[in-house]
Amino acid sequence: MAVPTAPAAGAPSAGGTVRHLTYAEALNEALREEMRRDPSVFVMGEDVAVWGGGGVFGVTRGLVEEFGPERVRDTPISEEAIAAVAVGAALTGSRPVAEIMYVDFMGLAMDPIANQAAKLRYMFGGKARVPVVIRAQEGAGRGNAAQHSQSLEAWFCHIPGLKVVTPSTPYDAKGLLKAAIRDDNPVIFLEHKVLYGLRGPVPEGEYTVPLGVADVKREGRHVTVVGIHTMVHKALQAAEQLAAEGIELEVIDPRTLVPLDEETIVNSVRKTGRLIVSHEAYRNAGYGAEIVSRVVEAAFDYLDAPPQRVCARDVPVPYAAPLEQAALPQVADLVATARALVRKEL
Amino acid sequence: MSLATDPQPSAAAQLSPERLREAYRLMLAIRRFDERALELYRAGEIRGTTHPYIGMEAVAVGVCSALEPDDYVSSTHRGHGHTIAKGGDMRRMMAELLGRATGYCGGKGGSMHIADMERNMLGANGIVGGGMGLATGAALTAKLRGARQVAICFFGDGALNQGILHEVSNLAAIWQLPVVYVCENNQYAMSARADWSVAGGDPAGRARAYGIPGVTVDGMDFFAVYDAASALVARARRGEGPAYLVCDTYRYHGHHAGDPLNYRDRAEVERWRRHDPIERLRRALVERGVLSAAEADALDQQVQAAVEDAVAFAKSSPEPSVDQLMTDIYA
Repeated sequence: MAVPTAPAAGAPSAGGTVRHLTYAEALNEALREEMRRDPSVFVMGEDVAVWGGGGVFGVTRGLVEEFGPERVRDTPISEEAIAAVAVGAALTGSRPVAEIMYVDFMGLAMDPIANQAAKLRYMFGGKARVPVVIRAQEGAGRGNAAQHSQSLEAWFCHIPGLKVVTPSTPYDAKGLLKAAIRDDNPVIFLEHKVLYGLRGPVPEGEYTVPLGVADVKREGRHVTVVGIHTMVHKALQAAEQLAAEGIELEVIDPRTLVPLDEETIVNSVRKTGRLIVSHEAYRNAGYGAEIVSRVVEAAFDYLDAPPQRVCARDVPVPYAAPLEQAALPQVADLVATARALVRKEL
Repeated sequence: MSLATDPQPSAAAQLSPERLREAYRLMLAIRRFDERALELYRAGEIRGTTHPYIGMEAVAVGVCSALEPDDYVSSTHRGHGHTIAKGGDMRRMMAELLGRATGYCGGKGGSMHIADMERNMLGANGIVGGGMGLATGAALTAKLRGARQVAICFFGDGALNQGILHEVSNLAAIWQLPVVYVCENNQYAMSARADWSVAGGDPAGRARAYGIPGVTVDGMDFFAVYDAASALVARARRGEGPAYLVCDTYRYHGHHAGDPLNYRDRAEVERWRRHDPIERLRRALVERGVLSAAEADALDQQVQAAVEDAVAFAKSSPEPSVDQLMTDIYA
């Protein structure tokens, strides 16, 4: 997909001058501010310091100049060590922000995340804190093919003890990353590679976006669309198209999947009676299924039609553009599904 | 590989009589604690399993005797010895084994997850190699803070073949982190013999690949372990980076309490038992006049009484209330 335009809704309300930063710049600013605020915060990962001035997507650009190589640590290509050492550092009082370059590489880092970070506090009877942030980027749309394009957020949502964050706008990216760094729990912070160039309003000055609070990006009466990452923007485009037909979408970005702001989603469905969940992650056992289940459990009687999943096809992400686009959920899919829901064709 | 600074052969000889007696007491405590844990397991009072440290006591105590109180230790599934050697409380340990609310983890962890964060003991670990990142990360925290702390990573010969060891060894070497990787080569990873599973046949030799010292010692000899650990810990504390310390030792019992033990013969066990680390330390201390035989016996009686006190404490403690089920997941 092309880099989407800035969202119509969800614009920041904090005071001060509002700049238009990219998603990558907003993340960079969050890291910079938190490293200035708290000397126990440091960054580690592959190519976070030297490459291109900081990070293959520029998120850590310039940090090593300001904070030095002790706090902005390039690592060898050792994903398990990156995650494991970050967890050990967090367990002993540091606040590491570790980067796994692609979420697809998380398979190499899963034990420290799923068996150590997520469980130490519980296994130790509450006598440990693991304030680690593990950043990665996910998503398709750039022709990176099957091992560099997945959206694997569901892997982490399944494990109690982790928090999972998926920002879709520059404003949210900055505020959520600052909140994640200050959180005393392990946070898996998943960015989207296509969104790095997205510009949006980011106010000057201090703010955070709390974990566990969804954002209604556009209000509407007829269909609730819960989108993750790029699907927030595609849902907003679909909403524009359908508005001409008199169909109103309510677009909700959960922003954090764990904890999930179930209340905002359920309240929306109570109003609209219709639900679409949409993500670039595979449809099968994706997090959308969890959202559907929660809504069915909480608001079954309010549903006028079966909830729908507009998600990636269950196929390794292909390389060639027509195949990749066909594998991904598109605006047209959202439009068609919403229309069918409203017309009671489903 | 020789050390940059060879261990002082007399390092252990410089230990005060009090510290030597304390080392002996700790080794006895580990043995009596785990003997009792095995009895309780067989009596059906311990759930899951328990991994006895019996036979390996000189390793945990030899290494931990070389540490400062705020140094870090990461442990393994066979973690009771490390907890006791780091000064842990046998009452809270036994209560955890019996799944009681007064245990180290409030009954949520059990034998394989006992941690004493107040003593910088970063927990036993149910994942083979799971402590490697924790100790290495602790060493990174120490380095970033400019603290003089050192981290010890205990691991077994089985974990020599986990990929994480390569990754953290390499990282610790290029970052010069103050961590000592202590391999407790007790000859078996469950049924897998180390002389079969460890290619190259020389675990300490693997350190050469990272350009760091690798030292092998008789892990049944408290003095040998203490001397080597002291040298490597001091080196790490000076900022000279990580090292491997391989302690050749033996677990007298099975991998865990239910081990069929069909993979080794009794003669082998008897050969190792002839080098029993507690007997050896006792003989040495009596010879040196640090301890009389009667005092050694009395110490054993005291330790056994302390273990019984721990069992009584555990048995009289309540089980965790079910309302604690969903607490401690998030901070």
